[in-house]
Amino acid sequence: MAKSNEPIWWSLFSAGGMVAAMIFPILIIITGILIPFGLAGGDPLNFERIHTAVSQNNYVKIIFFIVISLPLFHWAHRFRFTLVDVGLKSISTLISILCYGGAITGTIVSAIIFLKI
Amino acid sequence: MSTYHRLVPNTWWLQRRPYILFMIRELTSVFVAGYCIFLLVLVYKLTQGADAYANFMAALKSPSSVVLHLITLVFVLYHTITWFNLTPKILVLYRGEDRIPQGLVAGIFYAGWVVVSIIVALLVLGV
Repeated sequence: MAKSNEPIWWSLFSAGGMVAAMIFPILIIITGILIPFGLAGGDPLNFERIHTAVSQNNYVKIIFFIVISLPLFHWAHRFRFTLVDVGLKSISTLISILCYGGAITGTIVSAIIFLKI
Repeated sequence: MSTYHRLVPNTWWLQRRPYILFMIRELTSVFVAGYCIFLLVLVYKLTQGADAYANFMAALKSPSSVVLHLITLVFVLYHTITWFNLTPKILVLYRGEDRIPQGLVAGIFYAGWVVVSIIVALLVLGV
C-alpha cells in the first residue's frame, strides 16, 4: 500500500475541530455580543490588559497560537473534501495545495506575529 | 476494461435533507476559518499599537460586525453539536467488557464544553 500522509492531516483536522467546538462559541459570544453591547462590564479587552497578557506570558502566546492555527487545519481538511464533493474532483490536487497551503500560511503568519509581539 | 461510473450531478446534496445537513456541517468549517482570521487580525492589531487596536475593537460595535458574528455563531454552534455527537462514534471506550454508551461519552463532552466555556469567559473577561 502506498504511504499516505492522510493520518497527519486527519489528526490536525480532528484536533482543530475539537478546539473550535470547545472554545469558538464562547469567544464569538464575547467579541460579537458581550463586548459590542457593553455586557462585559468596563473594558476587559482594553489594549493595556490584552497586550500585557499576550506579550508577557509565553503560555498565553502558545495557547493563542494553537487556538488560531489548529482550526485552520480543520477547515483545510474539511473544505478540501467539500469542494471535491461538489464536483471539483478533476482539480483535487490543486484544491489540496490551496487548502493545506492556506492553513500552513496562516500558521506561519500567526507564528511570526506571536514572535514579534 | 473500463469501470462504470454513474454520473452524479454536482447538486446531489440538494436532493435529500440529510445531504443538505451534511453540506451545512461541512460549510461550518468556512466560518471556523473566518473566525481564525478574525483572531489573527486582532493579534496583529495588538502589534500595531494602542490606537490601531482600539479602532479595531470599536469596529466590533458596528452592525455589520455584530451580524457577521451572529451568523458565525449559528454555524459554529452547529459544528460544536455535530462534532460532539460524532465523537462517541470515533472514540469507542470500554469499561471492562462493556462499551460505554455513546450518549454518556457525548454527555461528558457537552459537560466539558460548558466548563471550558465558563473558564474561557472568566479568563478572557478577567471577572
